[in-house]
Amino acid sequence: MSVAPAPGQAAPRPRYRLRRALGEAASVALGLVLLIWSLLPVYNMLLIALDPEEGETEFAGLIWPPEPSLESFRVVLVGGYWFIEHFWHKFGNSLYLGLMTMVLTLLIGSLASFALGRTRLSRLRWLASAPLFTYAIPASFLVIPFHRVMHVYGLTDNLWAVIAADVTFAVPYAILIFQQYAKLIPIELDEAARVDGGSLAQVYLRIYLPLMAPALAAVGTFALLYAWSEYIYQYLLLSSERNMTVAVAIAQFFDADEAPWNYMMATAIVYSLPPIAIFYALRRTMTAGLTFGGVGK
Amino acid sequence: MPTPQALAAGSIAVSRPGPPRWRLPLPGSELAWAIAFVIPYAAVFLAFVVYPVAYGLSLARDPSLYVDLVSDPLYARTVINTLLFVALGVNVKMFLALLVSGFFMRRRWWIRALLVVYILPWALPSVPAFVSFHWMLIGEYGFLDSLLSALFGIEGPIWFNDRWLALGADVVSYIWKWLPFWTLVFLAGRMAIPREIYDAADVDGATGPRRFLHVVYPLLANMYLVCTLLSTLWTIGDFTTVSLVSGGAPARSSEVLATLGIHYAFDVGVPSLGVAAVLSALPVLIPVAAILMRRLQMREVQL
Repeated sequence: MSVAPAPGQAAPRPRYRLRRALGEAASVALGLVLLIWSLLPVYNMLLIALDPEEGETEFAGLIWPPEPSLESFRVVLVGGYWFIEHFWHKFGNSLYLGLMTMVLTLLIGSLASFALGRTRLSRLRWLASAPLFTYAIPASFLVIPFHRVMHVYGLTDNLWAVIAADVTFAVPYAILIFQQYAKLIPIELDEAARVDGGSLAQVYLRIYLPLMAPALAAVGTFALLYAWSEYIYQYLLLSSERNMTVAVAIAQFFDADEAPWNYMMATAIVYSLPPIAIFYALRRTMTAGLTFGGVGK
Repeated sequence: MPTPQALAAGSIAVSRPGPPRWRLPLPGSELAWAIAFVIPYAAVFLAFVVYPVAYGLSLARDPSLYVDLVSDPLYARTVINTLLFVALGVNVKMFLALLVSGFFMRRRWWIRALLVVYILPWALPSVPAFVSFHWMLIGEYGFLDSLLSALFGIEGPIWFNDRWLALGADVVSYIWKWLPFWTLVFLAGRMAIPREIYDAADVDGATGPRRFLHVVYPLLANMYLVCTLLSTLWTIGDFTTVSLVSGGAPARSSEVLATLGIHYAFDVGVPSLGVAAVLSALPVLIPVAAILMRRLQMREVQL
């Protein structure tokens, strides 16, 4: 490649300008392609959900809703169809799942990362490999024995079984992020507090937790969104109407041969809105996690 | 685990310069506290990882299960599908993500605005995303076929009537969902390359594709490899995409191991066969995980 002549000052001006214009045109074209690519499935959801009557649009070869209406959203929000009866109850279950997973992940993860990273237990390096082990196990593979183990624990058709699964998969992530972030906190702070007679519990509460706030926020958001969006454990572990979540309600529509798809899509959209809102509101926090690990810091 | 940000987690498995060996005795109260702090996690790990894993292994220990599996033509087909799904779903996605991340490095207002829309698939939960893909492709009048006929007058295929089209739809949906995530990862990687390196490359005449080949790619190569391995682990375990987009149609010919295992365990009602099916991914899973862990330990030195 070193034989190639260097462009730049030697190149004639008009050609350079032409190349620039072509480059610009290419990037606009790529931008358009990416825009359509990203929005097409989202548009499809709206198209079906805005259809007041089932089957009008989506099976008639139309690409625009003939009579757009918010009727299906109304039906969903009042629970007017039997798959989405008690819609708000299911919504509440999803929320409960997310919040419990968030709280437990933060609690268990921060305690463990503190002990593994900032006490003498950190010398037990094999202890720290347990989280990594969890990483190598696909959740969808573990779910088969997990389902039976839940019978043993008496957690059949119980939201807590799903919370347990979500916490199991979220905590390793939390520990690893916390340990990485905690490297920014000088260990001398802990030592100073210990010299002043603080116990480990006090160091954890008064120094570690407050200084870890940004990492706690990032991991908490992640855990909440993870539990809200996770599908397979909810689908396989929850069966009764009382314990069902929104994700399972959508799956029920999906499994039925005949169902009003516009209601299903409206449910799917309502279900997507809270995570999307949180995601965009905390976009910086969400992407900070990437930068963190992206390049190994 | 199909959680997006966990990538960040992966990188942290860095080895710290050899800590001194475990020494006893410790100050008693500190040790007691430290152990008390680890107990909740240890309990979760034992109750929800170790026990189910051990239970699963004991379920699938009978060799005759594997004979049953191999003699099932469905299984052989599924293995081929899984290999294709993982090979395409990972490599096409990672390569596109690497390229597209270069596009988003451009400093234009509209490109920044586009990035906000572009990450929508990542923000959208999997279930609605894949349900939408399913409906976009279903039957003769799914949205995509309607669009094809309205714009180009082409009569689109019936996507889920053909094994390869169905599998292709799964792969494309999977790429759609996760491309933004990996693009952001590579974008972060590119941003971490010091400006001076680009400037120096510019002076030497390395621009465009040449800069990519001789500057960006070598610098991101290790990261690219680590991300590819990690993505491979997640893709092997992906259930939601195939389950919702093609649902294995037509006639279970587009299943992958994760969906087949669950089909055996919950629809057919033979959990041991389901576990055996997913365990047969171990010969791929273990080396990938092992290489990944090694790579991660070297990582800190690399960039």
